[in-house]
Amino acid sequence: MKTLYGAFFLLLFSLAACGGGDKSGGNTPPPPEAASPEAQMLAEGKGVGEVKNVELKTPLEAERIDRGKAIYEMKCSSCHKLDDKKFVGPGWKGVTQNRKPEWIMNMITNVDIMLDKDEEAQKLLQLCLTRMPNQNVSIGDARDVLEFMRANDGEK
Amino acid sequence: MKKLVLFSIGLLFIFVALWQCKTKSAASAGSEDAAQKAYVAPGTYDEFYNFVSGGFNGQISVYGLPSGRLIKIIPAFSVFPENGYGFSEETKAMLNTSHGWLPWDDQHHISLSMTNGEQDGRWMFGNANNTPRIARVDLTTFRTMEILEIPNSAGNHSSPFLTQNTEYVVAGTRFSIPLGEKQDVSIESYKDNFNGTLSFVSVNPESGRLKLAFQVLMPGMDFDLARGGKGPSADWFFFSCYNSERANSLLEVNASQNDKDFIIAVNWKKAEEYARAGKGVKRKARYAHNIYDEKTHTATTTWEDETLVLDPAELKDFVYLMPCPKSPHGCDVDPTGKFIAASGKLAAVIPVFSFDKMLKAIADRNYDGDYQGLPVLKYDAVLHGEVQKPGLGPLHTEFDANGNAYTSMFVSSEIVKWNVQSLQVLDRVPTYYSIGHLCVPGGDTRKPWGKYVIAYNKITKDRFLPTGPELTQSAQLYDISGDKMKLILDFPTIGEPHYANAIPADQIKSKSVKIYKLEENNHPYVAKGEGQAKVVRAGNKIHVYMTAIRSHLTPDNIEGVRMGDEVYFHVTNLEQDWDVPHGFTIKGSTNAEILVMPGETQTLVWKPDQVGVIPFYCSDFCSALHQEMQGYIRISPAGSNVPLRFWSGDAPQVQ
Repeated sequence: MKTLYGAFFLLLFSLAACGGGDKSGGNTPPPPEAASPEAQMLAEGKGVGEVKNVELKTPLEAERIDRGKAIYEMKCSSCHKLDDKKFVGPGWKGVTQNRKPEWIMNMITNVDIMLDKDEEAQKLLQLCLTRMPNQNVSIGDARDVLEFMRANDGEK
Repeated sequence: MKKLVLFSIGLLFIFVALWQCKTKSAASAGSEDAAQKAYVAPGTYDEFYNFVSGGFNGQISVYGLPSGRLIKIIPAFSVFPENGYGFSEETKAMLNTSHGWLPWDDQHHISLSMTNGEQDGRWMFGNANNTPRIARVDLTTFRTMEILEIPNSAGNHSSPFLTQNTEYVVAGTRFSIPLGEKQDVSIESYKDNFNGTLSFVSVNPESGRLKLAFQVLMPGMDFDLARGGKGPSADWFFFSCYNSERANSLLEVNASQNDKDFIIAVNWKKAEEYARAGKGVKRKARYAHNIYDEKTHTATTTWEDETLVLDPAELKDFVYLMPCPKSPHGCDVDPTGKFIAASGKLAAVIPVFSFDKMLKAIADRNYDGDYQGLPVLKYDAVLHGEVQKPGLGPLHTEFDANGNAYTSMFVSSEIVKWNVQSLQVLDRVPTYYSIGHLCVPGGDTRKPWGKYVIAYNKITKDRFLPTGPELTQSAQLYDISGDKMKLILDFPTIGEPHYANAIPADQIKSKSVKIYKLEENNHPYVAKGEGQAKVVRAGNKIHVYMTAIRSHLTPDNIEGVRMGDEVYFHVTNLEQDWDVPHGFTIKGSTNAEILVMPGETQTLVWKPDQVGVIPFYCSDFCSALHQEMQGYIRISPAGSNVPLRFWSGDAPQVQ
């Protein structure tokens, strides 16, 4: 019987720990209408946040890469490595092929909301079990980081 | 039938008695809607910040009002193990004085900065009463940013009160001391050799930086409290004094002989003119000026070596004395700036002086002789009137916006409300027990917010669960929105609360800093990212440039350190999110832990005392994997040739 209770509490705990998609919290706004711009962005794999549309240029912008690298080294490298192996968070190799640029930039600049609303972000949390911290990166800086990621993925 | 009537009457009697009991117990708990008035629902904010001096704990505590919830302790003049203030290498210099490094002081009064006589929510000033100093706290970070020592002073009690645009913060000495060339004099020569000073410290309007501008030399006696004028009296400062008898022993009796001591009126504008015109005398004096740099996260001490002394007996026309009954304590200027309420601790009345009458008496030279060369104005010529029979032991007065004053009565344990114009007592309410200071939000400014008066009591006795001989200190909150003051809350305080200020939360909360930006961190040992984490030997000093982020320290394995080395752990918190501090400590540390805010670098020094592998860890629960946030440092014998290496994860690097 004790084990049963234990299992029950464990279940409760794990449900609570899932947290991310919790709709019962008093502060959670009502779910967006099906046709709302937010829902549309989520459906398109762009995530949720201020970044709606990113224009990528080819060839890569060298200055952005340098700035992005500096930000990576200061604020990201503790948890993300440049290969495809998970450290604290996922390795960055291939990220620009697997995610839309808008999704990447929203994840960097709006991580708490992303973890609440975006399914792909929530899957990563379940995999890594450490909430990605808000590192206070501006949208402009996030764009530079994105350029650095493209370079890391071999784009020219 | 008779029996039935008797029975009914009896029943009625019991009902009435019970009903009375019920109302009585509700009244003794405060007013009936007390709980509701002091209730702040979980997750919602208080209406006011209440900054409360900590007395002998040397700190300043911050409460929310009306809930009385303690939300912050700001260390100023004492070390604070909780966050490493005074223990980290960066903060040690804040406690430097000409007497050496002092880990403690007695913090009595605070003042919130003002613009045009109204609270502006920029800084808070605090005094060190024992070894005279003034601290400036930045209200965006709630940190002590600067401490200036006051030379030629002993017992900095009448401090840190402000002029109405925060041009100056004052520091009046409590004790008079020998200030001449010869310091080694007989205590009995008090009347010949002892002097006091009233110091004016200028505050830079942009940076807040303090500078000892000038010191007014005063006859030897004790100086107690002070207030800046406001509005029409803005150019003046008022100080209370006692011991005009100039006694040097058993002051309890010997300083209570004179019928009147003085309220000292200082025209600081005029003093400033004298100072600027080079009229003062420059004197050698060594005193510490400690400044915390927000970009290097480090405090440094500058040694000052000179002060400018103005002698009002020589320079004339800027210091006047107003006779005041029986050892005045508080000396408080009302919001109009026209009246000064002085509280003679031993007086049966509260004298209220008129600023207009004071100016007229000065113009008419309506003097009652002089005191040690300083003109004494005639009592009747400067008096607005006396509050009759206010209670026993008046100490301090605060004001509301409706022309009323609230005076604390230490001996009779009560707050007395009276009208400044009519001098009539309007209401009185008991305090539990022996009230010292009191505070009305904005009650010392031109714009009181009113609403509450808070009593800071000297004795707590039976108000809380007993905790042995040493009890908590306490405050009490009264609603003053109606005609009658109503007790609505008791709350415990840390240290001994002396003076306090309260300010609407809106003036501060939106400006509160959440993180220190990594980009702006100029600490000489910062590691801005794990790529910069390293271990460097400099002689027998080992500098560890360590980073912390949820949930690991880098490097977390260190070898090649030897007995006799001194290890500097410079920990940079790489987080850039609000409320994610990391801590750091190591086994056998003779120091406190350090607590490192996001984007900040702080340093713990540790001297190995044994050969072996010593653990260190993050001491602030930061994440689910906080218990994993740990590491080892290997200590080898002196002279060992174990190479200096460090790593986190695999791939050790050989230096």
